[in-house]
Amino acid sequence: MDKRKKKVGTDMVKRSRMLLTGAIVILVAFSLLIAAQIPPHINLGLDLVGGVYVLLEAREGEDEPATRDTIERAITIIRNRVDEFGVSEPIIQQEGDRRIRVELPDIDDPSRAMEVIGRTALLTFVDPDEEVVLTGANLDTAEFTYDQFNRPAVALEFDREGRDKFAEVTGRLAGTNEPLSIYLDDELVSAPVVDEVIGEGKAIIRGDFTAEEAGDLALILRSGALPVELVELETRTIGPTLGADSRDRSINAGIIGLSLLLVFMLIIYRLIGALASFALGVYVVLVLAVLTALNATLTLPGIAGLILSIGMAVDANVIIFERFKEEYRSGKTLRSGVEAAFRNALSTILDANVTTLIAAAVLFYFGTGPVRGFAVTLSIGIVMSMFTAIVLTRYLLRYLIGANIITNPNLFGVRGIEDNVELKGN
Amino acid sequence: MLNLKVINYRKHAALLSAFIIFIGIISLIFNGLNLGIDFTGGTNLHYKIGEPFQVEEVREILEEFGLGGSFVQKVGHGGLAEEEKDEVLIKTVSLDEEERNQIFMAIQERWDQGETEIIEVENVGGVIGRELQRDAALALVIATLGMIAYITIRFEFRFAMSAIAALVHDIIILLTVVSLLQIEINSPFVAAILTIFGYSINDTIVVFDRIRENLKEMKKEDYATVVNDSINQTIIRSINTSVTTLLVLSALFIFGGVTLRPFIAALLVGVISGTYSSLFVASPLWVTWKEWDIRKKKKVEAF
Repeated sequence: MDKRKKKVGTDMVKRSRMLLTGAIVILVAFSLLIAAQIPPHINLGLDLVGGVYVLLEAREGEDEPATRDTIERAITIIRNRVDEFGVSEPIIQQEGDRRIRVELPDIDDPSRAMEVIGRTALLTFVDPDEEVVLTGANLDTAEFTYDQFNRPAVALEFDREGRDKFAEVTGRLAGTNEPLSIYLDDELVSAPVVDEVIGEGKAIIRGDFTAEEAGDLALILRSGALPVELVELETRTIGPTLGADSRDRSINAGIIGLSLLLVFMLIIYRLIGALASFALGVYVVLVLAVLTALNATLTLPGIAGLILSIGMAVDANVIIFERFKEEYRSGKTLRSGVEAAFRNALSTILDANVTTLIAAAVLFYFGTGPVRGFAVTLSIGIVMSMFTAIVLTRYLLRYLIGANIITNPNLFGVRGIEDNVELKGN
Repeated sequence: MLNLKVINYRKHAALLSAFIIFIGIISLIFNGLNLGIDFTGGTNLHYKIGEPFQVEEVREILEEFGLGGSFVQKVGHGGLAEEEKDEVLIKTVSLDEEERNQIFMAIQERWDQGETEIIEVENVGGVIGRELQRDAALALVIATLGMIAYITIRFEFRFAMSAIAALVHDIIILLTVVSLLQIEINSPFVAAILTIFGYSINDTIVVFDRIRENLKEMKKEDYATVVNDSINQTIIRSINTSVTTLLVLSALFIFGGVTLRPFIAALLVGVISGTYSSLFVASPLWVTWKEWDIRKKKKVEAF
């Protein structure tokens, strides 16, 4: 054993020690710097903050096929409504030909949000002959107001064309004691009797509204009716309590899992286990940083994917270390053992990880929402784990050996060469 | 290096796997799978009622909506006694926005002392469920083909097919466990299956990679010896990696909250069976196939 321990030049040792210390200091500093930037910038999925996810589909009428244009207009209108509703960072996207996906994070009253998004909001004024005389298309604005009895109501103002039509119909109905019915999506909201001609194009809708309902109705009317009826295909509402609970628990579980992992690595691989643990710490920061930079959303399965990928990231290190032990036992020096281990382990790590990446890519393509989030974190995790194991662990290990810190094989969990001879005798 | 003769036990291993798969098939026939609303369509309503209640009382309210046959369960955070649980979980057919609202308001009215709160509401239409089933099947097929192609290019076709056989073995074992325990399957489960795809193949590839390497150096040895040696050289790594992965998964399972539990359970089963199958299914299969090829060749030569 002593034969193999060549005297290494003291300059070389000094240089390695400097590089090792430098690398660790720089990595720690960088990691902390980046880590501090992550929490305020990372997107958390609905399942972690609470919110509403809705998948809507345009129902095709016979005379009204859902064209690309109608879907786009519908999206614009929904976006306006959501913006006015006051949701931070909503996602409103077309999915497939006729579908719209809406994600609203951090919402207190999900059912109210649904009401605002999904409502077609086609306003019609119908005369006693059942003829539509005026629609919401002629609206200029709609505002929340109070009527003369101080009850919540919606004040309407028509555009020029609407004003003329309104004057015409109110003139026709004035004094007849017959009502002008106001419908919202085929639902009768109110049916006032007209007393006199209304020429200035203003009207009030009175209904049995609460202040909130009247406000929301004004909002929907302002943004215009959806050009097509949207049907709800899928809804997921996660209350804020559940979101926060899932987030805290998964973070806790992650910390516990990671600690267990580190202890295991230290017991089995001693000093190089510590090195690997350090590399894993850098790895976690890197993955989160890439996720943040890509503006990806971290979902609950995503966190699970991340924690799982930590477990698997250890694998690359384990493959290298086991190979290293083998090379050392077969009579190589520490230094050449490390190089041989990396050379031989590289193809193993690559082949093993590419197959997992294939699964993750397929998952990304076919999955939606949280599942897709899982695929993203898993893929990024795999790529980053290869990077930390092949690049980071390798250089750190090289310097560690160069620095003459590892002299006793016990420090990395290899038993003495005597055992080795015995085993080989089998 | 260890000196296990894994290949010599291939018949025992095959019997064990066949036995588990047999139980699985029986269970799949009689128990079936507990498919959740992601696959079947339907509505789950999870509300906090905020005060003690009886399941029957909730059912009475549901009966007013013609939903008396729904699944109703008391739930609550871990450690609470049955009487203290103040949350309700209702599983029923797909309901629209208005129906869901009315049910929630009815519950709010009935228990007006406590703080009623929406914990989670999920509604999945039947169309989406069917689409998920189709997409999941398609995803599994494409992932399989992709892996066969990659392994065939990097190794050989026999390796690819043996690895895939081990994979199918793992998926059947997973389905067996899921069917026996009646774990509810939703879309994250598809993610779990694909992760197991990745993990199981990953594990198998590490062994195969070593077989490939040893084949070049041990030309005189027979296949069983080469594979036995290769397994012995990689088994520590297989075990260590499984242990680290199982450690994190167990932490997630125990501390990670109820929502994730079926998903993590599936991964736990997959990791264990994935490690087992690379050693006891994929490698023996490959050896058997190779030996069979040689015998076939010899027979041809003998004629």
